[in-house]
Amino acid sequence: MKITIVGNSAAAVGAIEAIRELDQEATIQVVTAEGPAIYSRPLISHYVGGEIDEGRLAYRPPTFYETHQVETLFDEAVTAIDAQAHTVATAKGRVLDYDKLLLAIGGSPIVPPMAGLDLAGVTTFATWADAAAIDHEIDAGHVSQAVVVGGGMIGIKATDALLKRGVQVTMVELAPRILIRALDELGAEMMTDLFERAGVRVLTENTVAEIIADGERIGGVVLKDGQRLDCDLLVFGIGVRPNVALARDAGVKVDRGVVVDRAMRTSDPDIYAAGDVAEAYDLVVDLNRTVAIWPNAYRQGAIAGAQMVGQPRQDQGGIAMNAIEVAGVPCVAIGEGNAEGDGYTVMTRAQPERHQYRRLVLEGNRLVGVILVGNISRAGIYTGLIRHRVDVSAHRDSLLSDRLSLLSVPEDYRKHVVRGQGIEV
Amino acid sequence: MKRIVIHEEYCIACRLCEVHCLVAHSSSRDIVKAYRHERDTIMSRVVVEESGPLSFAMQCRQCEDPRCLEACPSGAMHRDPRTGAITCDESRCVGCWMCIMVCPAGAVQQSTSGHRIASKCDLCQDADMPACVAHCPNEALTYEEVS
Amino acid sequence: MALSLSTAAFILERDQSQCIACQVCVRQCANDVHYYDEDDGVVRSNPAACVGCHRCVTLCPTQALVVRTNPLEFRPHANWTAATLQSIYKQAETGGMLLSGMGCDQPHRIYWDHMLLNASQVTNPSIDPLREPMELKTFLGARPDSLAFEADGDGEYDLRTELTPQLELDIPIMFSAMSYGSISYNACRSLARAAKQMGTYYNTGEGGLHPDLYEYGPVTIAQVASGRFGVHLDYLRTAAAIEIKIGQGAKPGIGGHLPGEKVTREVSRTRMIPEGTDALSPAPHHDIYSIEDLRQLIFALKEATHYRKPVSVKVAAVHNIAPIASGIVRAGADIVAIDGLRGGTGAAPTVIRNNVGIPIELALAAVDQRLREEGIRHRASIVAAGSIRNSADVVKAIALGADAVYVATSALVAMGCHLCQRCYTGKCNWGIATQDPYLTKRLNPNIGERRLTNLLRAWSLEIKEMMGGMGINAVESLRGNRDHLRGVGLNQVELDALGIRAAGT
Repeated sequence: MKITIVGNSAAAVGAIEAIRELDQEATIQVVTAEGPAIYSRPLISHYVGGEIDEGRLAYRPPTFYETHQVETLFDEAVTAIDAQAHTVATAKGRVLDYDKLLLAIGGSPIVPPMAGLDLAGVTTFATWADAAAIDHEIDAGHVSQAVVVGGGMIGIKATDALLKRGVQVTMVELAPRILIRALDELGAEMMTDLFERAGVRVLTENTVAEIIADGERIGGVVLKDGQRLDCDLLVFGIGVRPNVALARDAGVKVDRGVVVDRAMRTSDPDIYAAGDVAEAYDLVVDLNRTVAIWPNAYRQGAIAGAQMVGQPRQDQGGIAMNAIEVAGVPCVAIGEGNAEGDGYTVMTRAQPERHQYRRLVLEGNRLVGVILVGNISRAGIYTGLIRHRVDVSAHRDSLLSDRLSLLSVPEDYRKHVVRGQGIEV
Repeated sequence: MKRIVIHEEYCIACRLCEVHCLVAHSSSRDIVKAYRHERDTIMSRVVVEESGPLSFAMQCRQCEDPRCLEACPSGAMHRDPRTGAITCDESRCVGCWMCIMVCPAGAVQQSTSGHRIASKCDLCQDADMPACVAHCPNEALTYEEVS
Repeated sequence: MALSLSTAAFILERDQSQCIACQVCVRQCANDVHYYDEDDGVVRSNPAACVGCHRCVTLCPTQALVVRTNPLEFRPHANWTAATLQSIYKQAETGGMLLSGMGCDQPHRIYWDHMLLNASQVTNPSIDPLREPMELKTFLGARPDSLAFEADGDGEYDLRTELTPQLELDIPIMFSAMSYGSISYNACRSLARAAKQMGTYYNTGEGGLHPDLYEYGPVTIAQVASGRFGVHLDYLRTAAAIEIKIGQGAKPGIGGHLPGEKVTREVSRTRMIPEGTDALSPAPHHDIYSIEDLRQLIFALKEATHYRKPVSVKVAAVHNIAPIASGIVRAGADIVAIDGLRGGTGAAPTVIRNNVGIPIELALAAVDQRLREEGIRHRASIVAAGSIRNSADVVKAIALGADAVYVATSALVAMGCHLCQRCYTGKCNWGIATQDPYLTKRLNPNIGERRLTNLLRAWSLEIKEMMGGMGINAVESLRGNRDHLRGVGLNQVELDALGIRAAGT
């Protein structure tokens, strides 16, 4: 049995570890356009922010492939899939066969087309290479003023990282507020306030329309509303688009991402997809969508891996969620934390001046979303309640408490959690 | 693999588990010194939850399908190859708090050590049995082979 | 409000260099003796309510606490002692009876400590219990006047006499009556499990039997006391034996007493009484006013259980215990249980506990002697109770004539009791004499059972050693064998009462 995995990030690692837990015999081959380093993309903001050095970007040690008996081909992009013949063609002209294929090729950063994208100081915020470039530019003293395009998770992390390096930042977001997909108005206000107190300019309902060169380097930008900003670094942190071309060209069903079932199988029975490229089941909104977060990528990879060696493991579904920190204040958003309107019950507890916020969203009897700013202690209890669709109608008040605990949840569910997964007592 | 089993019917909320966990994770490993000199920077990884006479000591459940491990972007949350226990490698943790966000038991905490890292029960792997189990005066925590 | 003249019975000494202010003592004291001072960041103690139970001392992780009796001194007076004065102060304040838990704490002579055992040397070799079997097995019940056998034609003989029901014990020690209500459910469960584990029996006391303990029916002696609490047909049928409680050693002449604080919903259900009301047993059984009435009740119980279970009668050791016991045996009891002066209780008026009754050693000797003289010793087994503190007391009791002994205080001590004597408050810090759900958790039945079985096992080993030393290999050879005892420091009257010789003679 030969398993070919395209990509070597979280989903690939999840798949490899799951496969080897069950099967030592199957041949696993990893083919990736990137180099051998298995690194953590979410950590690049910590690297740019100066909290960790490059060495700590590793997600798994260099010996990982050897210890898991994985054959590898690095710096070799896959250019086409022949689903009928069960082969893939690579940029170096190789044709590799497979019994099962896993597409773990992630997404590409969204960059609006405009002149000047190839100037020095213009970058995305997606890869180690991007981070290293920014880091070196800052070290070399080329950066004092930055513009970050995008007020979502990526833009926020880039801004916070640059802030830690003493760079003057202007963050530009097209929507009426930052973090519009994750936070509500009040939550976004608090995060904006934190940025502004730290010296960041936050501009909403705006974006970069034009890049102005200063020789070989960027000198400034012109915004949609006509404002001109000087800058020596421009970071595009708008978002990520799943790399669906490969699958689409092979006749596999794609929507925004590569569509998969609960077994991570695509429309082709021998082709699987996992991670940022996949459009998988989201259990909160009860439909498939791409949620490009690390836990989803790892888990989906693990499920795909298990399925590929015959274990009937199913995905319960993903939950959109993220944890960030701005100017030392943590913020967590889980599920539909910013939902409102008919059918939703919203409960809040807020102290904006202290940057403390707790917002719970219920749909009927169950929790479907949470926003926390400041006190994120034990936030995972909420995630568990969302995941297991627990009826929390009798516990609304205790769930809103600042001292969230397992005593705030229904007794049956509490006993289930206290007993622990896999402990039958 | 042996895991800690919680018996809420025997927990008397004395919190000796918290005391001894704290000491086991101190530098001095001496109860008086730990409390006098290290109190601000060390923490217990087990926390007693209490409501009226109901109480139990809660720590990492060593899940078979660990959410923290899947969510951790740095690889700090890992399964120790020798013992099978899920532990946080503090030298690799960056304090992103994804683990806190996904742990259904709320068993991961932000460390008070002054470093921005996650802190959770490590099953006291260097000892014969976890400190909380060894010192519970009423056997409300037992260490059992569960698979 | 007028000044109280009562002073603290105990003082707490806290070594502040050891104290880490973990507040375990604060959390664990049911009397709120310890408290955390937020401003100073230290734990302090207010000893007024301290009962000297040592819970805090035992749990303190740095051994920072010591409890001492209050060294407050009065001008020395051999007659008007501090304790006497304190009692009067208290009664002048409350106008009520002083209550105590556990057994008599006054220095009346302890006869066990004045009797010594024999050992074999030279003429009658001692036996090594590690090499030879030691029989501790004991049967309790009536023995027939004679045994008739019938030849079966194959050279064997069959027993024709029908034997009355017997209790079979692996060791001559049983757990004495402690009611559910006076002690916690977890304590009852520990006793039941340990009795099962060690092949002996435990006694329900006058609280009835909790439904969850019916599974231990085969090791249960169900007590029928004057209040008839919890007495119904299933209760009688599930047990291995029934005991009519006429009296107990801690408070001869009066009935049981369970304060309303300890009558929770579960206790009320088990006893079949209203929740929160004091459970006061009447002094006599109101259907037993003569020995004939007792006989009637004994046989009513035997009829109800189809003569399949032995019926025991428990009495307190009082002055005329010998004829009383004789009457009980003639009334048809299979077992006579005698509870001496030092027997324990959950609640008794202190003055009765300390001043009424006689020590079990004297009562036992008198009863055994009288029954032998009347030729009816075989018609019932004698069980001795009332402060059996160690295996030597057990051996001496059997040598004086007991078939087996009941232990209660020792069992509670094994489970953690420190004899603070405040059982009636329901605030037992060890989770034993309480119904408070915060406190009852403290007695884990797994641990309770373990400690009780360990105690009985340890005593069994010691009994075997002592027996082996005496050259005896079966407890039956020890029974009533007064020649193995000698008295020290006793006058002739006492020696005669015990039926033993003085050491050296």
